[in-house]
Amino acid sequence: MTSLKGFFRGKTSIQPIWIFVIAIFIFFSFMSEYFLSLGNITNILVQTSTIGLIALGMTLVMINGNIDLSVGATLGLAASLAVGLQEISMTLAILAALGSGMLLGAINGLIVWKTGVNAFIVTLGAMLGVRGLIFLYTGEESFYSMNFAFSDFGASTIGPIPVLAIIFLLCTLVMHLVLTRTGHGRNTFAVGGNPEASIDAGIRLGRHMMINFIIVGFFAALAGVLLASQMGAATPNLGRDYELWTITAVVLGGTKLTGGFGSITGTLGGVLAIGILRNGMNLMQVPAFYVLVILGAILISVLIIDKKLNAPSTKEVRI
Amino acid sequence: MASAEQPKPGLPTGKLNKAGLMSFLSAQGILVFFLLGMIVFSFFSEQFLSQSNIMTVVRQASIIGIIAVGVTVVIIGGNLDLSVGSMLSFSTVLVVDLHDKIGPTNAILLMFALTLMIGAVNGFLIGFLRLNSLIVTLAMLSAIQGLVLIYSGGQNVDIANQEGTWFAFFGRGYLGGIAVPILIFGLLAILVQIVMSRTGYGRRIFAVGGNPMAAVYSGIRKNWCVFSTYLISAFCVACAALVLGSRVMGSQNNVGQGYELLVLAGIILGGTSLLGGAGSIWKTVIGVLILGFIQNGLLLMGYPYYTQWIVTWVIIILAVWLDLANKRKRLLTTHS
Amino acid sequence: MNPSQENHSQDSHSQDSHSQDSHSQDSHSQDNLAHGGAQKRQPIDAQPVLQLKGITKRFPGVVALNNVDFDVRPGEVHALLGENGAGKSTLMKVLAGKHQANEGKIILGGEEMAFENPKHAKRAGVVLIHQEQSLVSEMTVAENIFLGSLPKKPGNRVDWRKLREDTEKILATLKCGFQHDDLVGSLSIAKKQMVEIGRALVFTPRVVVFDEPTASLTDHEKPVLYDVIDSLCQQGVGIVYISHRMDEIFHLSHRISVLRDGEYTGTVNTADTNEDEVTRMMIGRSLELDHASKPGEFGETMLEVRNLSVKRVFEDVSFNVRKGEIVGMYGLVGAGRSEVAETIFGLRTPSAGEVVLDGEVVQFRSAHDAVVSGVALVPEDRKDQGLILGMNCRDNMTLASLSGVSSMGFMKSGEERAVYDKYHQAMKIKTPSWRQKVGNLSGGNQQKIVIGKWLNTHPKLLILDEPTRGIDVGSKSEIHTLVKDLAKSGYAVLVISSEMPEVLGLSNRIIAMYDGRVTAEFDGDSVSEDELVQAITGMAGSSPPKAQAG
Repeated sequence: MTSLKGFFRGKTSIQPIWIFVIAIFIFFSFMSEYFLSLGNITNILVQTSTIGLIALGMTLVMINGNIDLSVGATLGLAASLAVGLQEISMTLAILAALGSGMLLGAINGLIVWKTGVNAFIVTLGAMLGVRGLIFLYTGEESFYSMNFAFSDFGASTIGPIPVLAIIFLLCTLVMHLVLTRTGHGRNTFAVGGNPEASIDAGIRLGRHMMINFIIVGFFAALAGVLLASQMGAATPNLGRDYELWTITAVVLGGTKLTGGFGSITGTLGGVLAIGILRNGMNLMQVPAFYVLVILGAILISVLIIDKKLNAPSTKEVRI
Repeated sequence: MASAEQPKPGLPTGKLNKAGLMSFLSAQGILVFFLLGMIVFSFFSEQFLSQSNIMTVVRQASIIGIIAVGVTVVIIGGNLDLSVGSMLSFSTVLVVDLHDKIGPTNAILLMFALTLMIGAVNGFLIGFLRLNSLIVTLAMLSAIQGLVLIYSGGQNVDIANQEGTWFAFFGRGYLGGIAVPILIFGLLAILVQIVMSRTGYGRRIFAVGGNPMAAVYSGIRKNWCVFSTYLISAFCVACAALVLGSRVMGSQNNVGQGYELLVLAGIILGGTSLLGGAGSIWKTVIGVLILGFIQNGLLLMGYPYYTQWIVTWVIIILAVWLDLANKRKRLLTTHS
Repeated sequence: MNPSQENHSQDSHSQDSHSQDSHSQDSHSQDNLAHGGAQKRQPIDAQPVLQLKGITKRFPGVVALNNVDFDVRPGEVHALLGENGAGKSTLMKVLAGKHQANEGKIILGGEEMAFENPKHAKRAGVVLIHQEQSLVSEMTVAENIFLGSLPKKPGNRVDWRKLREDTEKILATLKCGFQHDDLVGSLSIAKKQMVEIGRALVFTPRVVVFDEPTASLTDHEKPVLYDVIDSLCQQGVGIVYISHRMDEIFHLSHRISVLRDGEYTGTVNTADTNEDEVTRMMIGRSLELDHASKPGEFGETMLEVRNLSVKRVFEDVSFNVRKGEIVGMYGLVGAGRSEVAETIFGLRTPSAGEVVLDGEVVQFRSAHDAVVSGVALVPEDRKDQGLILGMNCRDNMTLASLSGVSSMGFMKSGEERAVYDKYHQAMKIKTPSWRQKVGNLSGGNQQKIVIGKWLNTHPKLLILDEPTRGIDVGSKSEIHTLVKDLAKSGYAVLVISSEMPEVLGLSNRIIAMYDGRVTAEFDGDSVSEDELVQAITGMAGSSPPKAQAG
């Protein structure tokens, strides 16, 4: 057990989620011949890019000690704006979509910062309210894109690799660098790990929270635009439940809800785990419902394993 | 030593009246909003304050209300329950589907038993294994939804003979002129409020939510307490499923989707803190009714149903900001 | 009689080799000390680098500091003493910018300053080494040291190379056994403290405040800290040193200032004073132990602990407590005293040994079992373990005896009030009403509520862990009287304390613990302070110190 602990916890060890990813990858490549084909693997990347992009931002917000439940609604609004405003101008539509996400993030961040209220409450309100805004804007109608450049973009490839997958991987790399290399990234850890010490050290808590909420808003909106381009349309219910999938992916990736701990590489693993599971079970013709159950079971198992590994039984008081 | 300044306990003595009024306003801000809103709505719609409309609102709010009663107990105990929406789908599909297969009585009994079992799983994971309630119930949300879909094979279910079953009583019936859903909501709210405020059990739940460590050091069996709150929550969901299944006489397999959030919105509007150790069922009842009246008022004024979501958002932000004034004061007084 | 000093001389002796090779100029006085002399540091004659004048700080309902003066000279260690709650920590928080004074001046290097926040103070050269650790455990040593002031390259990028180089420079002066890229969470408490000190060195400090720095250090870790303090002094930094431990203070300091109940009582040169005088300044009287009022009639054995162990926490602990008797458990923080109490109370699982309560071997699986069997524990940490701060006084008071004030599960509010009124009067608890939230009460009144809570369970055994920590002098003596009265009325009482006057004044017998073991047992009336100090610092027994302390 000790060696296992060391393996999981050591400075340079492989994150446990990646072991899982590799395991299911091998499993499915034995179960289905098609699984290992280039087409399917790029397909997985495209399928995961939506949740994946949001999860990048969510990782920062959660390391910061917050949470954002409004990402699904933000995604939906951005998608509707991106399609709905195309008649006026494509550039305007995309700018408005991305801008709306950042604005909503800024509003969430501002409220959390200024009131100190649990981000859970604040973003829960936003989740309801923004969905209302979508319905208000769309009149409960789905929008279809008449601009083929827009819908072609979602299906385009560079060489054999879909553009969406490239965007996702590029963003992952950038966010990894932001989190590990920049002052903002490091301070995000500090604020989540020990807010009081951070204040004492002169770190401006609110500013970092704001920035992270804006980042997650931006990524949710970007995911919305890309998803709309994939589908060539936007429905008012688009993005519903995405917050749950995103949080699941981030938690699977090892980021702690209490803040101060997490990584983009872990999140990438979490996102891929979900994507591979969905894809692989789909190939094996398991009904989609089972994925939900298995996902829930995995999430709980991760928690239990984490608890067991981190519990020094004799030194702790029994509470 | 004799002249040493003794720390003086208690609140500042001067300006009690003014301070009292201010603190009343900020503490009861939600109620003030509520009354203001009622007045505005009643200006715009004559129907709004009519008895029949009020009854309609309360009846519509009763399903969210019944669940919210249970979730409030979980929150007072210091945890969260996000799985209630999926559980509602589960229980409603179950009771509706089983109604024609094994008869209403058996269907109801089996539904309650299975719902409580799910609650027990939540309670075991969170109470005894001490896992994070947010993630556990999030995982359960997904898992239970999956179970419902597997059970129903993705099909919606309904009751064949809708006129000829006493099962209709729970959702459509009246007793002494009052709709049965309202009665169930009211009885449950009163019952749980009494349990929380008048019994040793309730006191223990408040203690566990307020300071789990101190509760354990006082000899309270914290794990059992947490476990039991999830049973209460599950029981309330089962009651809500009874009402919902009976009213609709059928069920989509995702009928409860999103209820967890509406329930939380109601609780937050009522002013129960998500931190645990404080709150009351009354507050939750008021919060849920506010949600109901917003929805109804906006509909009567001719706005589409989804405007209530936007209004709820705005109200939550305002409530949070009002609460801030309170908290600033509290921070000052507990500073050591 | 000067026990701590004696103690100290032996203490240094054991670290002799260390002192000799690591001290350069300033070490002669210590070496003398180490060889049995009682020579103390002479005051340094220089203009103060920092002056606090007339500092007053009020919190709602409490004047924490009243017109306090204080100054530090460059290169000196100025010890600040006072009982718990005397205002030492508040004064230092004012100094370091965590609190702002209501009145008074802070003059640093001849310039009047107004520190708005700790970073501001740090920039000006005033650094507080916290009592509580203020580190981010998931970050590296380097990142923690430069928290909030990471070296940057353009584009807000962290300059890792500069960070590493700067950190290594700081670590070199600290001579500590960890690397710049170690995760802080993986370090021992002592090393974490070194990281905190490293933080102080980022900005060239002028004044460094150590708030109880040795509280969580083991004996062989302390000399490292002393070396760091010496080297800071040699660079002309002024040191403020807050501690309860007389031996340390007389070892390190040039001057001593004392606070009492938020007021400044005076400053003396360490060389011209002794412990009695300092103690008098602290508590306003010399120690007069009221042996006469101790309980004197004992019944049969109520608690017997036999060879109790919890792995890696404490080992082979045996003692007993009789009815009507007060047994004191004395030892330093970390000696394993609280853990013994928690094990008796069912909060920890013993790895060996047994607990006999009232003639029966008991194996509690939870605190609930212990409460049902008649054990009560007034815990060490009032706010985290003792009280639900958001609950009112009455509800806290009945929390451990809910079944006693309810029938069929329903609370009987009349009886609840009666319970509250009974203890409210008996213990003279000062609250405006039972509805008052306990979070708003003073420490003394809070503690009385906790004690009331346990008395209402009518326990067979009452364990009090640091019953008077952080409460005012008045309540303190009230609680002492109360404890003695309780024992006289037949309770078996176990008092855990790290304050010698408390242990001596209360106990019929004293059990000394050091490093997870019982080192000696004394008669409470005849034991000398010397014997006690030796027993709790590990010099009386022959047991070798263990590597890891609890």
